[in-house]
Amino acid sequence: MLAPEKNWWKPMGRMEKTWLTVAFVWCVFLTVMMPLWYFMGKQNVPAETYKTTPSKFNETVNAFVEQYKVGEDTINGVTLPVVEAPPGSDVYLRASTWQWYPILQFRKGETYRLHISSMDLQHGFSLQPVNINLQILPNYDYVATIIPTSTGEFTIVCNEFCLLGHHTMIGKIIVK
Amino acid sequence: MAALAPTTPWIKGAKADYRVCGVTTLKVDMQTERLIIANAVMAVICLVLGGIAALLIALTRWQAIHLLDATWFYRLLTLHGIDMLVAWIVFFEMAGLHFGSTALLNARHAAPGLAWTGFVMMAVGGLMANFVVLFDPKSIVTFTAYVPLKAHPLFYLSYILFAVGALITVITFFINLVVAKREKRFEGSLPLAVFGLLTAAILAVYTLLEGAAAIVPAFFWSLGILPDYDPGIYRNFFWGFGHPAQQVNLAAMVAIWYMLAQMTVGIRPLNEKFSRLAFILYLFFINLGSAHHLLVDPGLSFAWKAVNTSYAMYLAVLGSMMHAFSIPAAMEVAQRARGHTKGLFGWLRNGPWNEPGFGALVVSMILFGWIGGVTGVTIGTEQINMLAHNTLRLPGHFHATVVGGTTTAFMGFTYYVIPLIFRKELKLKKWAVWQPYVYGIGSALVSLGMITSGLQGVSRRNWDITFAGVVPGTVDLTLAIFGIGALIAVTGGIMYVTIVLASILTGPRKEPEGLLLVGGAHNPLLESTQLTDEQMEHPRNQPKGTLVLVFAFLVWFAMYYLGNWWLLGRTWFIR
Ligand code: CUA
Repeated sequence: MLAPEKNWWKPMGRMEKTWLTVAFVWCVFLTVMMPLWYFMGKQNVPAETYKTTPSKFNETVNAFVEQYKVGEDTINGVTLPVVEAPPGSDVYLRASTWQWYPILQFRKGETYRLHISSMDLQHGFSLQPVNINLQILPNYDYVATIIPTSTGEFTIVCNEFCLLGHHTMIGKIIVK
Repeated sequence: MAALAPTTPWIKGAKADYRVCGVTTLKVDMQTERLIIANAVMAVICLVLGGIAALLIALTRWQAIHLLDATWFYRLLTLHGIDMLVAWIVFFEMAGLHFGSTALLNARHAAPGLAWTGFVMMAVGGLMANFVVLFDPKSIVTFTAYVPLKAHPLFYLSYILFAVGALITVITFFINLVVAKREKRFEGSLPLAVFGLLTAAILAVYTLLEGAAAIVPAFFWSLGILPDYDPGIYRNFFWGFGHPAQQVNLAAMVAIWYMLAQMTVGIRPLNEKFSRLAFILYLFFINLGSAHHLLVDPGLSFAWKAVNTSYAMYLAVLGSMMHAFSIPAAMEVAQRARGHTKGLFGWLRNGPWNEPGFGALVVSMILFGWIGGVTGVTIGTEQINMLAHNTLRLPGHFHATVVGGTTTAFMGFTYYVIPLIFRKELKLKKWAVWQPYVYGIGSALVSLGMITSGLQGVSRRNWDITFAGVVPGTVDLTLAIFGIGALIAVTGGIMYVTIVLASILTGPRKEPEGLLLVGGAHNPLLESTQLTDEQMEHPRNQPKGTLVLVFAFLVWFAMYYLGNWWLLGRTWFIR
C-alpha cells in the first residue's frame, strides 16, 4: 500500500527461486499434456467443421432418415424415427427448439461420423451418462468421429440455454 | 514510506479540499471520497438484487424444493449473472481505482467531472439492465445472451452504457496516475497495490473494447439494421470480454489481498520484483483465456485452442502461483519477526483470526486457489473440457473464484472502508468477525455441490434436470449440498449488508481512531515500514511453513488434474 523503498530490484531469495522453478516445471507439464494426449489419447475434441445452412442441413437429415430408418420410439410423448446406418457412415443429428432428431442407433466398437447442427439457436450436445459435451451452433456442421465403447440407451441433454423449453430438449442414442 | 502530508491545498488559492487520514497518514481528496462512496453504494445495491436472485434460483435447483417456475428461474438467472458477475464487482473495482490512483499516492483526483460522468452511465446502464430483464420476457437470454437469442435493443444498450461508463472511469485512473507523477505527489515506483490496480485497469481497457465488439453489433442486429450475426464470432468476442473481465477481478483481488495482508498482519512484500513480475505475467497472457469458453466449439483447430487456453504456456497460472507463495510468505515473515516462530505453523495459529480483514483474506485465498484455481485450470484443459463444458462444474469453478475469492475479499475490505472513507464507526463488530467464515463456508459448499453434480453430468442453467431421467440418485444429495451452501452464503451476505447499512446509516460522522477493527490498538500498516532487512532475512524468520503449504497445494492440484485425465480416458472414443 505504501511506496516501496527506492531500490527494490533485488535478487530473489532461495525459497522464491525454489517455488518459481517448481511452479514453472508444473506449467510446462500442463502444457505438454495437451499435445501428448492429442497424439496418444482416444478422446479428443472434434475439429472437423463445415459451413452449412439450416435448410441445407435439414434436407440432409431428412434424406438420411429416409434411407436408414429402422423403427420408431417416443420421447416426451413425441414419436421419432430410430435410424441405424452401417458402421463407418456419416450420420446426422438435428438440434432445434426443443428436439434432437432423429434417435440414432449404433453398434458398439464401430466408427461413425456424427454430424450435428442447429436449425435455430445455440444448443448444447450433452451425452449422458458418458458425459461428452459439445457446443452446437447454427450454420456450422460439426463432425465428431465417435466409437461407442459401451452399450445401452443414452440420453442427449441440451445444456445450452435455448429459451423456456430448454430443459425439455431430450434426445436418445441406442448402442447395441 | 509515505511522508506525513503538508497542509497546503491541492491548487493555489483553493480551500482545503482534502483531509489527512490520522490512521494511515494518507491524504484523501474529498472528490475521491464522494466517488468511492457513490460507487460502493451502487455496488451494495447490485449485490442485494443479485443476492435475492441467488437465493431463489438456488432454492429452485435444489431439486427437493424446486421453488420457482421455469420463466422466473431463467429470468432471475439472467439478473443474477448481470448483477453479481458484472455490476457488483465492477462498481466495487471502480471505487478501488479511485482510491488507488489518489489516496494511495497522496494525490488529488484530477478528473472528477469525467469520473462522475462514468459513474452515472454505469448506474443508468446497470439499473436499466435489471429493469429490461424483469419486465421484458424476450430479454430472458441469460447473462451471455448468445446470438441468435435476441433480446430487446435496450438490453444491449444497457450493457453498452455500463461498459462505456466503466471505460471512462478507467481512463480517469490513468489520468490520475499521470497527474500525480507530474505533480510529484509520490516518489519512485508505484506502491505494489497500485501496481496491481494498474494491471487491472490495463486489462479492463481491452476487456471493455472487446465487449463493445461483441455487444454493439448485437445492438444493431436487434434493431434489424444488421441482417446476420455469426454465433461463433459473437462467442469469440463476448468471451474476449467475459473472461478477461474475470481477470480484471483477479488482479484487483490480488491487489486487495496485498492491502489486507499489510493492514492486518503488517507485511512487507518479500521481493517487490517477484510480485510485480507476477502481475506482469497477468498482463501479457491472461487475455488469451477467452478460448476457455470455446474449447468444444465447432470451427476452431486444436492448435488454436491449446495455445490460447493455456495462456501460451500457463504463464498466467504461473503468476497466480507466485502470488500464492509471496503473500502467505510475507505474512509468515512478518509474524515470525513479531516473535511467532514456533514450529512450522505457529505464525498462522497466532494470526489475528478475529480481525475481519484477516479472516476474509485467508478464506478468500483458500477458496480461490484450492477450489477455484485448481478446478479452473483442469476444466480449461482442451480435451478435459469435453467432460465439463456447460455442466455445473463451470459455475462450481467460478463461484469459488468470484464468490468465495473475490467477493469475500471485497467484503472484508469494505469493513475498513467504512471507518476510513465513510468515516463512520463500524457497527455489529462481532458479526463482522464471523461474516467471512460464514460466507466462506457457504460459498465453499455451493462450489463443491455444483462441482460434484457437474461431475455426474448435471447441466448448468437448467430449470429441471429430472426431465433428462438419467441422473443418478446421488445428484439429489449433491444438489442439496449446493442448496444448503447457498442458504449459508446468503446468510453471510445478509450479515454483510446489515453491517454495512447499520454502520453507514446510523451514528454520527466520526474520524477513525485505529486501523484494526477488533484486533487491538496497534497499527500493522505503519509497523510494516519498520520491518528491517535484517528481520526479513533472518534464518529464523524464513517462510518454511508457506513452502510446505504451497507444496501441499501442488500435490492436490496434481491429483485433481490427473484424476480428470483418468476420467476422460474412460469415456467413448471421439475425435
Ligand atoms: Cu437446446 Cu437448450
